[in-house]
Amino acid sequence: MERPLTQYIHPGCPPFDLREYEMTGGYSALRKALGSMSPEEVQRLVQESGLKGRGGAGFNTGMKWSFVPMGENAPHPKYLVANADEMEPGTFKDRLLLEGNPHQLIEGMILAAYAIQADISYIFLRWAYKKAAQLLRKSIHEAYAAGLLGKNILGSGFSLEMHLHTGVGRYMCGEETALLNALEGKRATPRAKPPFPQISGLYGKPTIVNNVETLCNLPHIVNNGAAWFKSLGNGSADSGTKLYGVSGKVNNPGCWELPMGVTVRELIEEHAGGMKNGYQLKGFLPGGASTDFMTIEHLDVKMDFASVAAAGSRLGTGTMVVMDDATCPVGFVHNLQHFFAQESCGWCTPCREGLPWVEKMLLSLEHGTGTMEDVELLQMHTQWLGPGNTFCALAPGAMEPLQSALKYFKEDFERHVTMHRCPYHNGG
Amino acid sequence: MITQKINKDNVATSGSTAHYTTGLQEEQYLTDLERQAIDHEIALVPYKSAAVIEALKIVQHHRRWISDESVNAIAAYLQMSPAEVDSVATFYNLIFRKPVGRHVILVCDSISCYVMKYGDIYKALQEKLHIKFGETTSDQCYTLLPNCCLGCCDHAPALMIDNDLYKDVTIAMLDRILQKYT
Ligand SMILES: Cc1cc2nc3c(=O)[nH]c(=O)nc-3n(C[C@H](O)[C@H](O)[C@H](O)COP(=O)(O)O)c2cc1C
Ligand code: SF4
Ligand code: FES
Repeated sequence: MERPLTQYIHPGCPPFDLREYEMTGGYSALRKALGSMSPEEVQRLVQESGLKGRGGAGFNTGMKWSFVPMGENAPHPKYLVANADEMEPGTFKDRLLLEGNPHQLIEGMILAAYAIQADISYIFLRWAYKKAAQLLRKSIHEAYAAGLLGKNILGSGFSLEMHLHTGVGRYMCGEETALLNALEGKRATPRAKPPFPQISGLYGKPTIVNNVETLCNLPHIVNNGAAWFKSLGNGSADSGTKLYGVSGKVNNPGCWELPMGVTVRELIEEHAGGMKNGYQLKGFLPGGASTDFMTIEHLDVKMDFASVAAAGSRLGTGTMVVMDDATCPVGFVHNLQHFFAQESCGWCTPCREGLPWVEKMLLSLEHGTGTMEDVELLQMHTQWLGPGNTFCALAPGAMEPLQSALKYFKEDFERHVTMHRCPYHNGG
Repeated sequence: MITQKINKDNVATSGSTAHYTTGLQEEQYLTDLERQAIDHEIALVPYKSAAVIEALKIVQHHRRWISDESVNAIAAYLQMSPAEVDSVATFYNLIFRKPVGRHVILVCDSISCYVMKYGDIYKALQEKLHIKFGETTSDQCYTLLPNCCLGCCDHAPALMIDNDLYKDVTIAMLDRILQKYT
């Protein structure tokens, strides 16, 4: 089984420095692309490979790039941004790549920048990833010193600057247009689309924002080709491998690179070692806090974009949060809505006002003071804050676990009302 | 079940009523070290105000938190209004608009840590330090804050103190961890 992204990552050991990275084939994709491929050829190759964005939305990466104006009349500077904000609760996959192999990300970024002919690149890194920041700073420095960054890279005529930007904490910084505002020193509120960032992004110039994992795939696609990348998918409709994670009361929580489309069962039972003794699986969020619950009836669903969607949820970040039978679903969803209400940027009314309301209703249910009307009102909020009614995807994302909890665990909500307390606490 | 919902809001807001002045006072407030670091950031962006988040980080690094005076000084230095600077300062979770202790304890209160009972860790910390979320110990040593997912959910519950991440935290570990910070 091939694990191109994590082959050289050994948790606990320091990551490769430039020399070690190059000794294991590092920067050969960059040499190949700069030496023998046009930017358009790189774009086409990535489009053909079927690589879909690993940041949550799953859009074809090569296609996304193709909207960037190219050629002599294109506005400059153009920008490439690596989205390393990873703040979706339950998500810890980009950390592995950032700490485990920083040069792989840098090479992927230079390739992406070359494909869209960007002049300046940023890594937008979450403040909490202190170790990653230190490693990235060192690696960027090494790359500059070796002529892999800066003016006229490897004599190719292509130039690229790279900066590390560390955030100051806000979930919205991960939303790509809000991220651009944050990079410009503003509040991280989203921007209206269109114009899309490809046309008017950072400082009004063409910009691509890609997830860390997306970018880390690029050196391998350039080296091994589109057909190879597709074949990694192991019969799934999606190409490549994926970093999957499992957290919660399982025996072996962790993050693994596996062929796209492994089943939920294999992930939980084999890789995560099954549920901890005394706990049963009740449900799970397949790809972070803003994805719909799935339940034991979905154990044979493949973890790829289309299959998870067909099961009524989203692959999201591919890092799963497991809910066991001793954890109260109302308390679980309250925790999520507390997060979303707190992190709402306040830009649009339904989200700013609706999420705190949702949070309060869930808390009163959890305290045993909720009513059946609250349960109905919660249901209505899943519509009011659903797609199309808010400015960005935060609020609709927040509604996904709520609407599916109301679908699969309705009884638990109702028992909180009839028993006037949380049935999961106080020996209930 | 944790009912305290003191969070960033309590820490981050302040009733700044300062007026927009560019007096000598503001000019002299920032230290040479702070100015140098801010100048370095200004050089990387197309216009001064784009460096405001970096400026806030720099001043906070030197002074632990952002006071009204710091807001005014940064505003004057970057030719922004204090209200503009404050609107940015209060937006971000890790810019502190109220004083914090020498060490900030950030307890992850997000979903995987919820499932793995971060509430027990919080309760133990409350008992040991006699403070709740949003408060600082009377000796100014620790400030206790809740924080969103720290990105190590496979090792929940997790917490950070200053730059250090602690994973798979148990109540038994707390004394040893806290001892390191004085
Ligand atoms: C509220 C919100 C938070 C997000 N946070 C992240 C994040 O932390 N990291 C990330 O890569 N994408 C995040 N996204 C998705 C980005 O907007 C964007 O789709 C992604 O970075 C694009 O990269 P990709 O095409 O490589 O997937 C977030 C989206 C929303 C709505
Ligand atoms: S949906 Fe929420 S986070 Fe998104 S713009 Fe509206 S208020 Fe901000
Ligand atoms: S939920 Fe606590 S580290 Fe992710």
